[in-house]
Amino acid sequence: MELFTLLVLVLDSTLRLSVPLILAAMAGLFSERSGIIDIGLEGKMLGAAFAAATVATFTASPWAGLAAGIGASMLLALVHGYACITHRGNQVVSGLALNILVSGVTAVLGIAWFAQGGRTPQLPGEARFLPLEWPGAAWLREVPGLGTVYSELLSGHNLMVYLAFLAVPTVAWVLYRTRFGLRLRAAGENPQSVETAGISVIALRYRALLCTGVACGLAGAYLSLAQSASFINDMTAGKGYIALAALIFGKWRPVPALLACLLFGFLDAVAIRLQGVDLPGIGEVPVQFVQALPYVLTVVLLAGFIGRAIPPKALGVPYVKER
Amino acid sequence: MKRLCLAAFAALMASSVATAGDIEPAVVYDVGGKFDKSFNEGVYDGAAKFRADTGIDFREFEVQTDSQRVQALRNFARRGLDPILAVGFLYASALDNVAPEFPDTRFAIIDAVVDQPNVQSIVFKEHEGSFIVGILAAMAADGDSIGFVGGMDVPLIRRFACGYVLGARHARPDVRVFQNMTGTTGAAWNDPVKGGELAKSQFDRGARVVYHAAGSTGLGVLQAAADADRLAIGVDSNQNHLHPGHVLTSMLKRVDVAAYDVFDSARRDEWRSGVRVLGLKENGVGWSLDAHNEALVTPAMKAAANEAARQIVSGEIKVHDYVTEGDCPAK
Repeated sequence: MELFTLLVLVLDSTLRLSVPLILAAMAGLFSERSGIIDIGLEGKMLGAAFAAATVATFTASPWAGLAAGIGASMLLALVHGYACITHRGNQVVSGLALNILVSGVTAVLGIAWFAQGGRTPQLPGEARFLPLEWPGAAWLREVPGLGTVYSELLSGHNLMVYLAFLAVPTVAWVLYRTRFGLRLRAAGENPQSVETAGISVIALRYRALLCTGVACGLAGAYLSLAQSASFINDMTAGKGYIALAALIFGKWRPVPALLACLLFGFLDAVAIRLQGVDLPGIGEVPVQFVQALPYVLTVVLLAGFIGRAIPPKALGVPYVKER
Repeated sequence: MKRLCLAAFAALMASSVATAGDIEPAVVYDVGGKFDKSFNEGVYDGAAKFRADTGIDFREFEVQTDSQRVQALRNFARRGLDPILAVGFLYASALDNVAPEFPDTRFAIIDAVVDQPNVQSIVFKEHEGSFIVGILAAMAADGDSIGFVGGMDVPLIRRFACGYVLGARHARPDVRVFQNMTGTTGAAWNDPVKGGELAKSQFDRGARVVYHAAGSTGLGVLQAAADADRLAIGVDSNQNHLHPGHVLTSMLKRVDVAAYDVFDSARRDEWRSGVRVLGLKENGVGWSLDAHNEALVTPAMKAAANEAARQIVSGEIKVHDYVTEGDCPAK
């Protein structure tokens, strides 16, 4: 029973930790499927987290914060687009430049505005997305098994967690069931054919980047408004890159990418929860081993279980309209 | 003649600069950053108070990576700043290298002992303060478990943990204590999300009070306690005001007083090298009670804490020190 509760709690923590990865991976899906490499997920998330926390600090409204986060992230996405769609610059360089720029700018603005070493002030409860208790959760908690799953795993997350899991089917639907999605995928595989059909590849890719901006904005706002209660320097801590890895892990498809994100989140949660816990038959696991576990497993999985991932054909190739 | 006058004047100016009272102090902070609301901020508060009291400004530097430590110390020393205060045990080896290069500069370091003739080492008996908050935690939990979240897994933080467990067992011999460390690198001081997750995992396992010794990471612990409607214990600075009603108390480590003393003794020319150990007796550590946590601390808890503090000062209770005595007797 103890073990079962532990498992449920680890899964619970997995959900919380994988949300930013899932949203960022969905963001990356839009831009990469349209043919734009997006190393800049990290920077867009960080910028969104800062904008969200700043606006929420002044307005005390999580919704205003969320809107600001999405806005900031879309703006950054447009900068990326301007550099590598309009001016056909190198997409990796542009993305990396964004990451470095945002990491510096947020710290400088944070110090200038709040004088707390780059952090924003702690947000009060009403300026954040707080956990939502599902009906009957407190009552069902006492029921063994199913009650634990319901009250711990399903209930008690904040709105954005549920939103992230809704985002995956939505993205899949947009990508595979709508005209926009079809054209977007075509732009990433064979842009000339899209142009031949009389559709502007440039406009399509800009729109894909705007979608990326929205999803990255959600991910960033989650970090500073839901998971933590303030912006912290470099709080994305490589999550953008991990999301990108998960995207490649998942072969640029929404559901496999979701699973990859959940795996990364799970390993992270295990690393946190296994600390100081006595495992049956093994005893207490050394902290260092637990912390190395996610990386070891990543290497093993990458080397042994994931087959060849084939990227969209036109990925990273600036589009030049023939004259 | 004119040139001679000028030279004499310059010499006079130079000599007056060198006299006591005209020091140019500097602080180099640790990776948690100046405003971590905890350890580094305590030092800043002390230095700021010194500036307000004496009108003597100080220079400061926040390192971002380990490689900057030696550079920062050397830079300040080369510019003639004196005394230079290094905040945190991670400076120990850097200072050990730099101090001999500038024998006329007065250095001080908090939380580590550096054996050089021009270094003052200030260490605290955190185990004594942790013992007291351990008593408070066990009494507040009243039969339930309690927890501890440390920053970087180093002997210094184990010292906090050990004192805390011993204190808790002193008040309630059968209390269960969960212990977690955030990481094994300097990044462990600045990861509130992970701190929050660790605290949540302890709350989920039934902990009612969680004590953190984790710098900025601890902000996540305090937040998690407020979110889960449980209690947390702050560290280093008084953190009671951060989440009133959810911070049981704070283990005060008077780094502010230590920083002030370093600067002020240098100003009065009474600075001495060597090791200063600050415990309960010297008011170097303690626990905080103010308007924000009055309602959480019952008279019985207060009495027990004060009694234990008295016994520690008088020597009746001797708290095990992990750093000098090794392995903690309580798990």
